[in-house]
Amino acid sequence: MTQTPLHLVAALDGAGWHPAAWREPDARPRELLRAGYWVDLAAEAEHGLLDAVTIEDALNLQSEDPFTPDDRTDRVRGRLDAVLVASRVAPTTRHLGFLPTAVVTHTEPFHLSKAIATLDYVSTGRAGIRVQVAARPDTAAHFGRRELPPVDRASAATGPLVTELFDEAAEYVEVLRRLWDSWEDDAEIRDAATGRFVDVDKLHYVDFEGRAFSVRGPSITPRPPQGQPVVAALGHAQVPWRLIGRSADLGFVTPTDAADAARLVTAVREEQAAAGRAEETVHVFGDLVVVLDDEETTARERLARLDERAGTAFTSDAHVFTGTPVQLADLLADWQQAGLTGFRLRPATLPHDLRQVTRALVPELQRRGLFRTGYEADTLRGLLGLTRPANRYAHA
Amino acid sequence: MTKQIHLAAHFPGVNNTTVWSDPASGSHVEFESFREFAQIAERGKLDFLFLAEGLRLREQNDRIYDLDVVGRPDTFTVLAALAAVTERIGLTGTINSTFNEPYEVARQFASLDHLSDGRAAWNVVTSWDAFTGENFRRGGFLAQADRYDRAKSFLQTALELFDSWRGDEVLADADSGTFLTDPHPGAFSHRDRFFDISGQFDVPRSPQGRPVVFQAGDSDEGRDFAAASADVIFSRHSTLEAGQAFYADVKGRLPRFGRTHDELLIMPAATFVLGDTEAEARDLAHEVRMAQVSPATAIAFLEQLWNRDLSDHDPDGPLPSVDPLVGEHTIAKGRASVRMHRDPVATAHEWRAKAEAEGLTTRELIVEVTGRQSFIGTPATVAATIDEHVQSDASDGFVLAPHITPGGLGPFVDQVVPLLQERGVFRTDYAGTTLREHLGLPLRRTDGESAVAS
Repeated sequence: MTQTPLHLVAALDGAGWHPAAWREPDARPRELLRAGYWVDLAAEAEHGLLDAVTIEDALNLQSEDPFTPDDRTDRVRGRLDAVLVASRVAPTTRHLGFLPTAVVTHTEPFHLSKAIATLDYVSTGRAGIRVQVAARPDTAAHFGRRELPPVDRASAATGPLVTELFDEAAEYVEVLRRLWDSWEDDAEIRDAATGRFVDVDKLHYVDFEGRAFSVRGPSITPRPPQGQPVVAALGHAQVPWRLIGRSADLGFVTPTDAADAARLVTAVREEQAAAGRAEETVHVFGDLVVVLDDEETTARERLARLDERAGTAFTSDAHVFTGTPVQLADLLADWQQAGLTGFRLRPATLPHDLRQVTRALVPELQRRGLFRTGYEADTLRGLLGLTRPANRYAHA
Repeated sequence: MTKQIHLAAHFPGVNNTTVWSDPASGSHVEFESFREFAQIAERGKLDFLFLAEGLRLREQNDRIYDLDVVGRPDTFTVLAALAAVTERIGLTGTINSTFNEPYEVARQFASLDHLSDGRAAWNVVTSWDAFTGENFRRGGFLAQADRYDRAKSFLQTALELFDSWRGDEVLADADSGTFLTDPHPGAFSHRDRFFDISGQFDVPRSPQGRPVVFQAGDSDEGRDFAAASADVIFSRHSTLEAGQAFYADVKGRLPRFGRTHDELLIMPAATFVLGDTEAEARDLAHEVRMAQVSPATAIAFLEQLWNRDLSDHDPDGPLPSVDPLVGEHTIAKGRASVRMHRDPVATAHEWRAKAEAEGLTTRELIVEVTGRQSFIGTPATVAATIDEHVQSDASDGFVLAPHITPGGLGPFVDQVVPLLQERGVFRTDYAGTTLREHLGLPLRRTDGESAVAS
């Protein structure tokens, strides 16, 4: 039986996803805000032929608990705007896709739309965006335009506020997509005879009217090379899965095992169908934190050492895989059978666990016919098997 | 003492200075154009490159204005990418204070400053129009009278955010496990009638402490704003006499704000046309002006003053005999220049008198009144003129706006810059790594005091 290759994305964040990652011998904790650090990580991801990297972000300092700030001094704190990191790194790469995180709760869809369109120009067709909702009251206080209550943990995934914020996120993505289409591909005509630079009939007002914002358009930036850059979102529950089903090209979910993976894929597919998008390609990738070494015992010992330094056993919203790249390949192949089309791997430490992915996991998957042996496309959509979409405003 | 000249390059923008119909004119959106432009500017050791911004496509007669270049990329995103393909040149972007929030803009500029190792600069502009506001959450919310007050508050708030990290908080000592020396870094709180925000800023102090701040206002209020808080002021006064008057006025305001003469640089925008002889340069300059003012562009300019639909007017005939419509401007939207016509009827009478006296058609008149190039001549005369302007305190340098994208700057860099270097008034290589060092501006300390750059 011919295997369908799977897709791999590396999730970049600080020194890695383990809170003690920055204390590892190969970590570069004083360079986390330097361009060279990110250039090197992207080069490593591209060396491994990965589809893309995600770059985490938020409009507040990192904290141990995702919903409340803390005063810890033993964890990485402070970071850079992820879209700008992606743009700084993109010209140093040729094939890798970029999916920086952007908060869509307090920001302007008009600004983000042109920023991602521009990232697509800068990378000649390798841009996407991972949209993220910000429910924290301290984040809202940085903007002072809306008050949000403390996050109610019991209803953190389903409460009316969460539903409202995710509905707003769906409207936000709709505005991004309309603005990306607001210029037809051949709108620029440079007609010296009439003195006209553009054909104004090929520029379109988007006239979006929503609850939180209305946007007239058109964008100030012409349609990006991919037409529609890739939109991704992470979801742990029904409300965010609905956002993926309605709005995304790529969803990240957090299964605990193969059966759970099947359940999550079904949940997203149902939302996709409910949104009338059953015929469209929507990827569902499984998120995993990975602690990888050549021997399983080495990986376990390393995790134990990291946990000891962190002062607490590491837990995550995603399954934490500890073992060898070969064992991880077994797991990925198994979960792929449950319907996942790819994986977003979160290296516990950087660069160690990223290098384990690119230099050990990838060759193992290649041996099994489960991963590309060379980049087969020039754009992120191309790598993900997505066609360049027709413009919604173009006359048939 | 001989002053050192500061030079910058303005990426050809969305206005009729840019000649898109020239066969040499490239894309205004593709990154390759920006890369080439930036690398030419860096080859010439220029202080910085500059990107303008517009947040809504301009309209005239309720249609998108299509006679100039239309469309541009996002300022921050292009500047971050340019940091990857350049090493020293400053990266200046125009960012509107009306349709943004301080926390977000501050973290973008702090990020850009980190990612470029200290080369970021912010041209703070302000607007109030509801037309642009239609693209944003806030909408057209600001009264015209409040725009400088809000811009001041916005800049002040952003400066507080930049200064919220002292610069010594990140220790990252793996052995002791101490990442931060301060458990609550970046704390800020700002309350006034425009912003009520508090919390912790999440980008540690950047190499320059804060980006270099540019301002472009020309009104009395705008000049005060710049004198109070800008590091560099753009102006439009590129003639010697007007430049000297502006220079003396703005520098004279500095003591009132507790600042010294050297803490604010004045850099007018300037265009140039070079030729092997003076006559050749003059001919070329006329050709360029005719390309900048096509027959359709001449009518469009006419409508901007007349505030009427003049689409049936003959560009090769005399000016309209009717007077401009006075009152709310309805013809042209999304451009700042229409506000410069403060008394349109009087201006129309002046134009008519000039056209009749000199026998000019409408298009020829528009070519005359909408500005010839700042510097026209051989490389030697242009170098001498620029040096004279700077040494006689008409400016501290110029922001050059070539009319061809992306290669239009090349002749200046290759022919004029070496002459300025020979005169000893322009650097032969970058002495420092940050834009603040290129400009000779004081370094910023965290306490808001300035220290002299070493």
